[in-house]
Amino acid sequence: MARPGAVMASRAAAPRIDGSLVVAEAVQKYFPIRRGLFGRGAGDYLRGVDGVSFAIPGGTSLGIAGESGCGKTTLARLLLRLLTPTAGRIVFAGVDLGTLDGAALLGFRRQAQLMVQNPYEAINPRFTIGRALMEPLIIHRIGAGEDRLDRVIAALTQVNLHPAEAFLDKFPHQLSGGQLQRVGLARALMVDPIFLVADEPVSMLDVSVRAGVLNLMKAIARSRQLTTVYISHDLSLVRYVCDTTMIMYLGTVAEIGPTDAVLAHPKHPYTQLLVAAAPVPDPTYPVPEIAAPEQVPTPIGPAHGCPFKDRCPHVMPVCHTTTPPLVFVGPKHQAACHLYEPTH
Amino acid sequence: MALLTIEDLRVEYRTSRGVTRAVDGVNLEVHEGEVLGLVGESGCGKTTLGRAIIRVLPRNAGIAGGRILFDGTDLAALPEPEMARYRWREIAMVPQAAMDSLDPVYRLGDQFHEVLTITGRLARAAARARALELCDLVGLDRRRLAAYPHELSGGMRQRAAIALALALSPRLILADEPVTALDVVVQHHILRRLRQLRAELSLSVVLVTHDISVIAQTCDRMAVMYAGKIVEVGRTVDVFARPQHPYTMGLQNSFPNLLRPQEMLIPIEGAPPDLLTPPPGCRFAPRCPFAVDRCLVDSPALRELAPGRCAACHRAEEADVLRLHAREAQRWRVPVL
Amino acid sequence: MRNGSVQVLPRPRTPGFAAGRRAWESFRGVLQHDRFAVAGVCIYLVFILVAAAAPLIAPYDPQQTITKGDDLMANQPPGPSFLLGTTNVGRDIFSQLVYGARPALTVGFTAAFFVALIGTVVGIVAGYYGGWIDAVLMRLADVAFGIPFLPLVIVLVAFLGPSLWNIVLTMALLLWKDTARVVRAQVLSLRERGFVESARVLGASPLRLMLVHIAPNILPLALLYGSLAIGWAILTEAAVSFLGFGDSTRISWGFILQDAYISQALSNGQFNWFVPPGICIMLVVMAGYFISRGYEELLFPRLRRQ
Repeated sequence: MARPGAVMASRAAAPRIDGSLVVAEAVQKYFPIRRGLFGRGAGDYLRGVDGVSFAIPGGTSLGIAGESGCGKTTLARLLLRLLTPTAGRIVFAGVDLGTLDGAALLGFRRQAQLMVQNPYEAINPRFTIGRALMEPLIIHRIGAGEDRLDRVIAALTQVNLHPAEAFLDKFPHQLSGGQLQRVGLARALMVDPIFLVADEPVSMLDVSVRAGVLNLMKAIARSRQLTTVYISHDLSLVRYVCDTTMIMYLGTVAEIGPTDAVLAHPKHPYTQLLVAAAPVPDPTYPVPEIAAPEQVPTPIGPAHGCPFKDRCPHVMPVCHTTTPPLVFVGPKHQAACHLYEPTH
Repeated sequence: MALLTIEDLRVEYRTSRGVTRAVDGVNLEVHEGEVLGLVGESGCGKTTLGRAIIRVLPRNAGIAGGRILFDGTDLAALPEPEMARYRWREIAMVPQAAMDSLDPVYRLGDQFHEVLTITGRLARAAARARALELCDLVGLDRRRLAAYPHELSGGMRQRAAIALALALSPRLILADEPVTALDVVVQHHILRRLRQLRAELSLSVVLVTHDISVIAQTCDRMAVMYAGKIVEVGRTVDVFARPQHPYTMGLQNSFPNLLRPQEMLIPIEGAPPDLLTPPPGCRFAPRCPFAVDRCLVDSPALRELAPGRCAACHRAEEADVLRLHAREAQRWRVPVL
Repeated sequence: MRNGSVQVLPRPRTPGFAAGRRAWESFRGVLQHDRFAVAGVCIYLVFILVAAAAPLIAPYDPQQTITKGDDLMANQPPGPSFLLGTTNVGRDIFSQLVYGARPALTVGFTAAFFVALIGTVVGIVAGYYGGWIDAVLMRLADVAFGIPFLPLVIVLVAFLGPSLWNIVLTMALLLWKDTARVVRAQVLSLRERGFVESARVLGASPLRLMLVHIAPNILPLALLYGSLAIGWAILTEAAVSFLGFGDSTRISWGFILQDAYISQALSNGQFNWFVPPGICIMLVVMAGYFISRGYEELLFPRLRRQ
């Protein structure tokens, strides 16, 4: 375990294939909602992330899926220390992210990168592509002069933007969505990170373009042994790209495990609902009936019992009183549901 | 029985850089009581086509030719006051991001009231009764009529937009990306409701989307659009099982399937042509793995290959063989300029 | 599979911050399309030239009382020797007008610069940090809103003396609030944009984020408000001078108006005295508005695409 605050500059120091690179321990992020002048009661917080624990082994890809409002975007920002948790902690390569500051934080920023959802807003509109790709080098004082230009060209080539020189002087508004997303990926790779969080990386791209960006991300992650996290609402995308899948609901983990297990044999009733509702590009596939009401409650105020109790077809009395813990339902496969508790 | 027949429709946009033909010679039929899917990617002209049918094009756009025959009347040639009699009464539209198109300063009930009394010329009591009826029809809680749009979820607002379109019992509805911004469970419910409405009200629906899984789940027939032209038409099951146009094959290749994760996704490289100066031949030829010399000079017409099955491809007869080759990833690596 | 002959493109210099080039190109573009903006720029150029070359253009010293022999050339009508006539103490009005361009433009540009600068800095800092910093700065702005301008000018002038720079100081102290508010709103929205978040993740410090990423995207808005402020500043200086609190050692257009007013030029029908400075003030203020209107199209290009 590295000392907290130790400068995180060395790539070799990070545990990779054998250990877990990122560990979340009972992470909570509550957002205060302004109510009155006289302090806040328990009912005045929005539970963005409500007690989430998981570990990401180095070199693997984790898909975090769920509907809007489930907390996946908030969790992504917590993993990158754009937000700090109100409780719990996130440990990156053995160091609690909350203890980082100054040079140590800058070191972390070199190791963990982000791809944003909207390609048209990912690059500063006043920068040329070349300048945008130089920014990480400038911030971290990597290379100098001609060497920086070489790195920029190498990065553009690696994301299949040919010929690289032609893109250097272009502005973001001159590029297509797919090209911009590739530039965003190239920029993230400029600092040679070991961890990449991609927030809905292809949801705003045309369908025929998505496959290209996804294939590229898969290939690069494999060749660089990147640990990746994909945030997505699209289960078919998660199934295509990720080794592990985590389903979130109202700020909690509903189910987590190897992707094939979770999506082909879902155990948690919510996962089952999502899988049943997911549209399939096959007209002969019989669309299942879904009984669950579509209304997702807003997580304000203290939590009681299972978050899914209002919509669950298998709800039991215990679901109203006790929050279900994550229990094993298969090898490395866990679900937070009373149905699978050993005592039942 | 064709409710709507579009013949050689051309719609142009006048921009500062010149004239773009967003819809270039489209022939399409919508039958009574069917859900027709119109699928294509951004810029293919599908939204423009929908808006041209109901004649709500922006000021710098105009119908440059062709006919839109609805029950024998050419809507394209109608003067505006007459077209207003068709709009909302015979043909209605659920526009893109409809849930954001509700007026934020009026309650839902008031917006229903306005459509029903002003356009529909119903009396007050009749309008109120109809508003309640519409809520039940789309699955919206009646109490929501008292709410403002921002108090409702995305799914509820979308249902409200659909209800407004159905207000005067039109025979045809144009739904432009009706479920794109919604969560998957809501999407499922709304699409199912749309299909039920089709049966209950003997309604015809044209569903415009970029998502082929929505088409697979909801539409009886489908039309694929690319760069302003229709490239393939047919029954949904037929088009999915045996696509005849390389673009349709490419779309299928690039679309992830939750049930078939092991298949490699193959993107279509390149980008659609600039419609200011479209290429002389087939518009898909620069990106097509099966293009031959003829494709670059001769624009293929949409021809009927079997009853109800049309494709705009010179090599459509070889479709069975091409389909097998389409699964080979390296064929799609065409030189990108 | 790309064809065999790989085209080798020329290697550009280290890619630079192309913001400046782009801003210039769009400015030129707007000028090509907007005749009003062209007119505004021309007017400014004319007045700047006049102000700069005042000693060469003005036939007389503006403060000099002109005598011909023993006679004081007072209240002369416009003629070949006095283009716009003379005042009641024999000063050449045309010379006064020409020299009057100097304080007008000086005050205009300087005050506008400081107003835009202070407003932008406050707006960016308040918008970026939020929290108590934002609260404090915006309360400060509210205070500035509350204080009436002319009384403060009068008070300051009473304490510090009537100099041009005190007027500029007052404007800088009070007029930044509009710019700050608008810039802050823009920053609040920019802060959420993908490229700002990406820059944070890349490791940019708050200062770098504000200077390199946010500020250049605010610049057009700041310039817009700056050019609006020029007109305001010139009007304000004229008003202050007209009321007699201006700098009497400098002849400004407002001063000419005050002089005319005190000497009852209106009842004497001396239009040649008070109309020209009024027209000059009007022209310069209008030019400012024309240019800012052209800028508006730059900021909101949808207006352009008709």
